[in-house]
Amino acid sequence: MSAFSQLRLDGVSRRFGGQAALTELDLTIGAGEFIALLGPSGCGKSTALNCLAGLLPLTAGSIWQDERRIDTLPPERRGFGMVFQSYALFPHLTVRANIAFGLRMRRLPKEETRRRTDEAVRLVRLEDHVDKLPGQLSGGQQQRVAIARAVVFEPSLVLMDEPLSNLDAKLRLEMRTEIRRLHQSLGLTTVYVTHDQEEALSLADRLVVLREGRVQQIGSPRELHTRPANWHVADFMGYRNLWRGRVERRDGARATVESSGHRLLGEVVGDVQAEAEAVLAVRPEDIRVDGPGEAHNALSATVEVVEYQGRELAAEARTDTGLLLHLRTERRIAPGDQVRLGVDPQRLLVYPADAAAAQTNRVPQASGATR
Amino acid sequence: MSRSGRPLTHWQHRLAERGVDRQLWLLVPALVFVIALFLYPFFYGLTLSFQPTTGGPFSDYARFFSDSYERGTIGITLRIALPAALLNVLAAVPIAYRMRGRFRGKRLVTTLLVVPITLGTVLTAQGLLNFLGPTGWFNRVLLATNLVDEPVRLTHNYWGVFLSLVITGFPFAFLLVLSYLSGIDPTLERAAATLGADWRHRFTRITLPLLMPGLATTFCLTFVLAFSVFPSAVLVGNPAGETRVISLAAYQAAYEQYDYPYASAIAMIMGFVELVVIAVVLAARSRFYTGSTGGKG
Repeated sequence: MSAFSQLRLDGVSRRFGGQAALTELDLTIGAGEFIALLGPSGCGKSTALNCLAGLLPLTAGSIWQDERRIDTLPPERRGFGMVFQSYALFPHLTVRANIAFGLRMRRLPKEETRRRTDEAVRLVRLEDHVDKLPGQLSGGQQQRVAIARAVVFEPSLVLMDEPLSNLDAKLRLEMRTEIRRLHQSLGLTTVYVTHDQEEALSLADRLVVLREGRVQQIGSPRELHTRPANWHVADFMGYRNLWRGRVERRDGARATVESSGHRLLGEVVGDVQAEAEAVLAVRPEDIRVDGPGEAHNALSATVEVVEYQGRELAAEARTDTGLLLHLRTERRIAPGDQVRLGVDPQRLLVYPADAAAAQTNRVPQASGATR
Repeated sequence: MSRSGRPLTHWQHRLAERGVDRQLWLLVPALVFVIALFLYPFFYGLTLSFQPTTGGPFSDYARFFSDSYERGTIGITLRIALPAALLNVLAAVPIAYRMRGRFRGKRLVTTLLVVPITLGTVLTAQGLLNFLGPTGWFNRVLLATNLVDEPVRLTHNYWGVFLSLVITGFPFAFLLVLSYLSGIDPTLERAAATLGADWRHRFTRITLPLLMPGLATTFCLTFVLAFSVFPSAVLVGNPAGETRVISLAAYQAAYEQYDYPYASAIAMIMGFVELVVIAVVLAARSRFYTGSTGGKG
């Protein structure tokens, strides 16, 4: 298959009935890049992938492979490999025949088909299982067959639709490394759909966060991790503590926010005006417990729930004003303990509140909050 | 107490381990039906067939096979039933293939396709006579458009019976094939498409091989239905000649000659021929993959 130097999605949209599943996705994918489409279920990420694969017709927009328009081509003429969430292995064909399927469809000479199939089998370490049927394999082995089948014909683009979601936690970590290793050794351009932010951060060169069919942010793992573009992305990227407040003062990149009696200093992201409603976001691991004399953002709280997680404890603590905070700490704390919490102003992000923030109880008012 | 000092497992647990519990009583009505309405008549007929009015235990079987008029009914019935069953299955595949997804009006189309089941053979025969008979619409249209000079004979011969079997057998075949097809995970074809297979390859390499066992079963069922054809052989066929099917021979032996042992022997031969065909088809079926096909069917 012909490689490309870039693949361009131009206003790609898809509606189901009256429902917009994907709205004007613009994205340029460079050769060799590993892109993750990330978002909660129903955000349009699988729709985007199916549009890219040709399994779903677009309702608007176009897809370009360099100067060639490809969104009008049927899937079999795009030459993209795809790994399905359910693996979709052909149950009546052996592992070898499954992997060789794409090569046989391309009518390659027998010799070459055999050689490349063997190579792919070695790549995913299934030498001992080539003559088995998929039903005789474990989940992880089936996953490997699915990946080998999708990469054996050296597609110009590999699409992966939540390939690890059916595996148990341990296997998922192993396969994640495996996928990363494959991508590094083969250099295949990859678009990877997942709802697992950790998976996306660890695999991708660039992340595309979607929400309700719209792109929220495109950026590197570091950008996404440290500076989500809005509070929805923050929520999705592991900022478990979200609550509302009112902006008192803004000084450049910093803002002072009043939140039920506390005055908190945080880092502004986006268009935050004085006197406006704001959403505060902080990661559990960025809350310090009983740190050395805090200058800013000190809160006293009572520990309510503690989960043992090895080196660290995950805990929930309620401040005196009723705000429930998730935190992680290496200190041995127990339910009922009085603690002093502190947050570095750099790690406390201040977002403008939108209409959704007022409607959802995901973002509570600080006083009398339940979450 | 047993030797090891542990209390013996309660007898109910030991029975439950072997799948014996009170739910087994639910099988009783079905068992009564099977025994009273199938096993008893079958063995009654089987023993009766070995007690001919004259001669040794096998003389009625010998009589059937020595008379070419009688023996020929096997060939006649097979010549009608095999092509009819085959056509039913082959016609059901593309229609079911097209209809396996969800679309508006699916229920209406399915109903239309299945309605012939409710008609019964006699009504179908009546309709065939009116529509395809020498003065029926079909021939009138052909004559009016000068496509033929004289009416095409499609009733009271082989074609009448054949068409009647297709009309009554198709809905069965269609429903069965549709359910087998919806049991195949549609993602498999999507996967094949991304691997470069056009629709022809997707069908021949993926769907058809997975569907073959279902088609074999469907063929067996519609074949058995067609092989025991009786009313339409009389009503739209030529019961004295080319559509003198084997069930007709058994009927004549039983109710025209009142020779029950001979009629039983014919019925046994009929059952045996069906079994042979089914055995051949199922043997061929076992060559295909018959495991899970991942769908929800």
